[in-house]
Amino acid sequence: MSVHAVHPADAAIPHTVEPHPVTGIPNPKFGIWLFLASEVMLFGALFSSYVLIRTQAPHWPPEGGLSSEILNVPLATLNTAVLITSSITMVLAWASCKMGRIDRFRLWMGCTIGLAFVFLIIKYFEYTDKFHHGHFPAFNNFYAVYFTLTGLHGLHVIGGIIVNTFLLTIGTRLWKTDPEQFTNRVENAGLYWHFVDLVWIFLFPSLYLL
Amino acid sequence: MSASTTHGHAAAAHAHDAGHGHHELPFWRKYIFSVDHKVIGVQYAVSALVFLFFGFCLMMLLRWQLAYPGQPLPVIGKLLSESTMPGGVMAPEFYNQLGAMHGTIMVFMGIVPLAVGGFGNYVVPLQIGAPDMAFPRLNMASYWAFLPGGILMLLGFVAPGGAAQSGWTSYPPLSDIATTGQTIWLLAMVLLITSSLLGSINFIVTIVQLRAKGLTFFRMPFFVHAQFVTSFLLLLAFPPLEAASVMQLMDRLAGTSFFLPSGLVISGEQLHVAGGGSPLLWQHLFWFLAHPEVYVLILPAMGIIAEVIANNTRKPLWGYRLLVYSAIFLGFMSFVVWAHHMFMTGMGTTMSTFFQTTTMIISIPSVVILTCFIMSLYGGAIRFTVPMLFATAFLPMFAIGGLTGLPLGLTASDIYLHDTFYVIGHFHYVVAPGTIFALFAGIYYWYPKVTGKQMNQTLGKIHFWVSFICINGIFMPMFWQGMAGLSRRLYDPTIYAHGRAVQSLNVLISWSAWGLAIAQLPFIWNFFSSLRRPKAAENPWQATTLEWAAPSPPPHGNFVTPPVVYRDPYEYSVPGKAKDFSPQFAAGEA
Amino acid sequence: MATRLAETAEHSSPEEFKKHLGKYYVVFVALLCLTAITVGVSYLRLNRPLAITVALIIATVKAGMVAGVFMHLISEKKVIFAVLILTAAFFLLVLLLPSFTTFESSAV
Repeated sequence: MSVHAVHPADAAIPHTVEPHPVTGIPNPKFGIWLFLASEVMLFGALFSSYVLIRTQAPHWPPEGGLSSEILNVPLATLNTAVLITSSITMVLAWASCKMGRIDRFRLWMGCTIGLAFVFLIIKYFEYTDKFHHGHFPAFNNFYAVYFTLTGLHGLHVIGGIIVNTFLLTIGTRLWKTDPEQFTNRVENAGLYWHFVDLVWIFLFPSLYLL
Repeated sequence: MSASTTHGHAAAAHAHDAGHGHHELPFWRKYIFSVDHKVIGVQYAVSALVFLFFGFCLMMLLRWQLAYPGQPLPVIGKLLSESTMPGGVMAPEFYNQLGAMHGTIMVFMGIVPLAVGGFGNYVVPLQIGAPDMAFPRLNMASYWAFLPGGILMLLGFVAPGGAAQSGWTSYPPLSDIATTGQTIWLLAMVLLITSSLLGSINFIVTIVQLRAKGLTFFRMPFFVHAQFVTSFLLLLAFPPLEAASVMQLMDRLAGTSFFLPSGLVISGEQLHVAGGGSPLLWQHLFWFLAHPEVYVLILPAMGIIAEVIANNTRKPLWGYRLLVYSAIFLGFMSFVVWAHHMFMTGMGTTMSTFFQTTTMIISIPSVVILTCFIMSLYGGAIRFTVPMLFATAFLPMFAIGGLTGLPLGLTASDIYLHDTFYVIGHFHYVVAPGTIFALFAGIYYWYPKVTGKQMNQTLGKIHFWVSFICINGIFMPMFWQGMAGLSRRLYDPTIYAHGRAVQSLNVLISWSAWGLAIAQLPFIWNFFSSLRRPKAAENPWQATTLEWAAPSPPPHGNFVTPPVVYRDPYEYSVPGKAKDFSPQFAAGEA
Repeated sequence: MATRLAETAEHSSPEEFKKHLGKYYVVFVALLCLTAITVGVSYLRLNRPLAITVALIIATVKAGMVAGVFMHLISEKKVIFAVLILTAAFFLLVLLLPSFTTFESSAV
């Protein structure tokens, strides 16, 4: 089996790339899943807060009407499609690595990052529209929940953009020395990105449709 | 299999190269931004001890006000500012800051970083025969999230209006409207929580994936099992508090009403917020973390006690598997009991009965663990080394702490005892003569591993005995105060008749606290002066676990050759063997 | 062990791998369809409990597909499943129990 010319800090650590014989996974994959488990608890607490505040409220939204009348459903539906598409492009980016096509990787990863920016731009328009009408988070708890939950989700999108951009640019150097470790990194970044999509899959109906 | 040995050779070669490379690593990469778990462990431990000392000083100051309410503090009182101690008399706002910050600092900047960041980081990779943690750079990142978080937390004291002063629990609505120091508290907590989350990921992956050949799950020292369960608690319980902190920051900075109910009136004036929020929401999210957090405080301590007891009784731990299963069960149950901190919030009987039941159930694994430790003493050839003194004292101290938790976990008796000094006595017994004594045991026990030198045993015994007496002098009387109805967080207990009735105990407690401070002086002296003592034996305690296979202190990469494990962790006094201990790492010992 | 490592680049050729791509496209289309359905259903203005149930079921199906196929959970190792099941249990606890305590409550 080839000796992996990995980053010096990883050199002496077993199973950085080779899967562990019993668990069947390498260390970074295990690590990213554990991180995602903690993220499930983070968003779980936020959803829990939404449930508690909403069930305690005399009526919801507090100002009357329906969530779908206050928030822009068509725009958010588009955004949902944007994120779903970015998930498939992320998978294709990883698949390109598996098939040895670094050029294809760059294309699909570029698309993923681009779509992520589209998501943020649409959210920017949503937010500023609310602000122009004087609807800031402090207006009432409907807006507090909306801005906080989508805001935190948005920060996670930004985090994903940063990681993916790193992989697209500086990180690609690793492809030359250890393509398997690089592919694993892309896969792990993909796991994080799919999770961000997953959170939105629940956020969208909870905030906009119900 | 051949692939892994090839990789092992390559890895050893790399480690060797890295070892040579280390002579060329600049100072700031060798000692400041190190990725070596041993350096990081020492960084955590030293930082945590400094913070522990600071948190202790806050308490000693606070105890003056409780012993001599309204009296000017001699000497030190004049050194502090006019806003905190006008004329040397403690301002009530400052009293609240001392209380809130003492709790916060001891829990989040003292105990957890020392027990998990310090001992966990240093010992776990060694005890499982690994060259380092699974993610060395992530390890460094965890420390460098912790230290700025800790410093930021302390900076709260210089904010306008002073540091956080809404209790370590930061309950809204008070915390929502409190001074700037509370925002600093929240931001610092975000950094501290992030540090713990990153660290917990590292521990779990390391323990599962990096064990040496032959080290099966049930051959791991109990210390490693304890750290393993602890890491799951940190990983899954901390995020809700992070979410809650974000929401409290939103309330404070963006004017939202997550935790502010409608119609709130403050000092006679209606608060101009949207309302519709719930103060109880904060309590749920806070305690969802904070209850597992207390098991984070005790589990590593139990791990240390296990190592020290087995080593100093020269016999295997009694009920090793029982200990492991109990620790796992304890960890799991810790997630389902949190609302026993909220019995007085108006919950219906269904839910309060649920939480009372789970709380009673969780006492079982604790009792099992304590019983196993006590049974481990029976028939042992006990050596009362300094670590063993602390470990032996831990047993009755933890028992008192645990037993006094029962009337708090039962809703009926909690009605009376909630928010009294009884609670303070209860949890301090578990954490102070409990965990902190275990951490002292760990320092004395592993000091030879980290430094290659032995600490002075005579100074250690003085440290132990004076601390033991003083610490009981502090916390035992608190049960009486609590049963007399004395509330916690009171600036001046003497405004109440029932407070005046137990005021003499406050004097006893405060002097015991100041005595406890004096008792630490031999320890601090010992800690530093022992660095200049002659080199100790490689395995001075004649211990069986893997960390003693490495040189003391271990080099980068830890083991000269990758260790192999041949037997269970506590093979002491095995019949028919020449020595009274058979190390895990020694092949075919006679 | 060889079959378990079949997913690594060294053990399957690029051509073989291409055959696996089909399932990703199927999931992609399914996700878009389910999104349209969930928005469409919202226009039916069902009563609250039913609306919540339907929306959550659709979201769970979508999430299941993302997790199972995109995140490869469907073929993932036991250790990951163990962590996720534990997490799911605690997730449900934190999601539901706080609200439960407010139902019989005598407090505001």
